[in-house]
Amino acid sequence: MKARVTVTLKSGILDPQGKAIEGALKSLGIGGIASVRQGKVFDIEIEGTDHDAAAAALKAAAEKLLANTVIENYRIEVTR
Amino acid sequence: MRSAVLVFPGINRERDMARALAHVAGREPAMVWHAEHDLPAGTDLVVIPGGFSYGDYLRCGAIAARAPIMEAVRAFAQKGGLILAVCNGFQIVCEAGLLPGVLMRNAQLRFICRDVYLRVERSDTPFTRGYNAGQVIRVPVAHGEGNYIADGATIARLEGEGRVVFRYASPDGIVDPNWNHNGAMNAIAGIINERGNVLGMMPHPENHVEAALGCTDGRGLFAGLVDHFKRAA
Repeated sequence: MKARVTVTLKSGILDPQGKAIEGALKSLGIGGIASVRQGKVFDIEIEGTDHDAAAAALKAAAEKLLANTVIENYRIEVTR
Repeated sequence: MRSAVLVFPGINRERDMARALAHVAGREPAMVWHAEHDLPAGTDLVVIPGGFSYGDYLRCGAIAARAPIMEAVRAFAQKGGLILAVCNGFQIVCEAGLLPGVLMRNAQLRFICRDVYLRVERSDTPFTRGYNAGQVIRVPVAHGEGNYIADGATIARLEGEGRVVFRYASPDGIVDPNWNHNGAMNAIAGIINERGNVLGMMPHPENHVEAALGCTDGRGLFAGLVDHFKRAA
């Protein structure tokens, strides 16, 4: 099985990297962009076929390491 | 004072820290590799130094915070052992949950490497008994992610309980946005845990302990710790 964990900054948390990218896009002349927030994507290969076990392992991975839940949210997607 | 300095891959301030400890305390610290499971017997003080553990992969301090030695450090903290965490060390103890909050990218997006002024907010901790409350000290910073952030309730609690130990300030002790180099909330440069045995700070007191290096303002922190253990003995 394959899974994807997406980690994004919570709203209200200052994202200077996103701001810098936003500025760079403006200087490239790419119009219509209101704001940019930068996040992280983790593509994970899961051993076995137990969907529930995978979901539990991914939740533990996200909570314990992939995201810092003080400042970040995470989303887990599992594809069979 | 028996100190143990933790060493993670990518840390680069461990020898500065060991030198400062040996210089002020008169005893060489033990250097403890991250893959160890135990601290040396009789350790009084654990020091987590600065650098770029694991190349700042994932988040600053995130991987080091989950290293094998950190279980022993956590148990040491629970028993009331003193932990001094500087720069990357501060990021590591925040990631490990030993202190609240997070160190984010500096607000102006630049790595800052220069001397700063800190107002010492309390002198009644084992880490700051070498100073007077309100005293201003000059110490260097060298970080890209030192912008302290926590939720409103945590900040209110830290302030209410007097757990902000060092604040970025002007040379005469005025807290002002112009002197808050990295944009930290409430100009926070260093905080202590509820029990008062874990201190995290971004600046590097270990680099200002010898007159040959131009300033000895950092010496008070180490001298205070030595005094703390002398009195406890």
